[in-house]
Amino acid sequence: MSLSRAKDLRLPLMNLVRLKGSPILEQLHLEERLLRTSSDNWCIVNDGTNVPTIVMGMSGKPSQLLEVEAVMEDRIPVIKRFTGGGTVIVDKSTLFVSLICNKDDVPNVQPYPRSVMAWSGSLYDEVFKSVNGFQLRENDYVFGDRKFGGNAQSIIKNRWIHHTSFLWDYDVRNMAYLKLPSRVPQYRLERDHTDFVCRMKDYIERSDFVEKTVKAVRNQFTLKQVNLEDIDSYAKGGYLKTTRLLTMEELEEAMADTIQNT
Amino acid sequence: MACRLLWASRVASHLRISVTQRGFSSVVLKDLKYADSHEWVKIDGNKATFGITDHAQDHLGDVVYVELPDVGHSVSQGKSFGAVESVKATSDINSPVSGTVVEVNEELTESPGLVNSSPYEQGWIIKVELSDAGEAEKLMDSDKYSKFCEEEDAKH
Repeated sequence: MSLSRAKDLRLPLMNLVRLKGSPILEQLHLEERLLRTSSDNWCIVNDGTNVPTIVMGMSGKPSQLLEVEAVMEDRIPVIKRFTGGGTVIVDKSTLFVSLICNKDDVPNVQPYPRSVMAWSGSLYDEVFKSVNGFQLRENDYVFGDRKFGGNAQSIIKNRWIHHTSFLWDYDVRNMAYLKLPSRVPQYRLERDHTDFVCRMKDYIERSDFVEKTVKAVRNQFTLKQVNLEDIDSYAKGGYLKTTRLLTMEELEEAMADTIQNT
Repeated sequence: MACRLLWASRVASHLRISVTQRGFSSVVLKDLKYADSHEWVKIDGNKATFGITDHAQDHLGDVVYVELPDVGHSVSQGKSFGAVESVKATSDINSPVSGTVVEVNEELTESPGLVNSSPYEQGWIIKVELSDAGEAEKLMDSDKYSKFCEEEDAKH
């Protein structure tokens, strides 16, 4: 047996699913299902999503976070996801990387948000080794003081997910659908969206980022490629699906709330 | 630290129970039972009150939202019945015993931070009518839970 194979045998197994242009709602449904009904570790990489979509965290209130009138006029879909955190608008240029882990397979990580993010921060440290200024800053992935990755987590009894949407590029018009949230990191310093975020494409090649991410994951796990069509054999049993598309009625209610509060 | 010890003494005095002082560790109250997923339960006849422990709230960070079940919802020992959100993460809250929800702490909707500032008192999460009082035997007492927390923290 070769040395590298012997080394692999000591690492826990992680299934790798590579998607391209999958609708973000389908990606999130897949993640929630795997978190709740699979006992394996997973890495899901989605290279872009099909249409611009707004994705809010579990407790997000559209009237507080969105320019609801514009969202409704332009028929932008709005999703509430099962993880915490803030609001993003994603599109075909966004890169998604999601990591689902059994806590026992990452024994130096406690199943609490700051510990999980310290781990993910060090993983991405490897990915962005050759890029100046990368750091995990107050729970955001930044180059210098500009955010390029929005991340969030869900922690259940013995497992957790850490997922990130990487802002490869963005249309300034899309940012206009998002309000300045009430809870912002200190380093944001009242900057509006376009002064606060940056485009990842200005720092690293797209294929380089994906390769280096897979390599960084491979340093801690033995990776096995799994096709989407084969997921059913890994994810058995029922669960309460909480990720959903907001209805027109909910957005209309949010509009009414906005008007009442102005 | 002095504030936390004063708070713990006041809670203990109000609840007429004694407190385990654990130095710089989190507060653990005697006379409560504890699950290994860091929820506490106070049993009173066939009713029980749950919340998350001081250890849990400390590790979670500032709680910004609590997802509560509906009254009438059934909860099962070891299974999730709600969630808290803190530092970009939703974390399941698991039921230490089985039963039916009879009351939820509506205060947490406007003031989720009560889970941090008063995890054993004002930060209680739900009250249930027990379906199996014997299930509490499977839970840890305060001494076992204190040791459990120390061992968990020592591993990391």
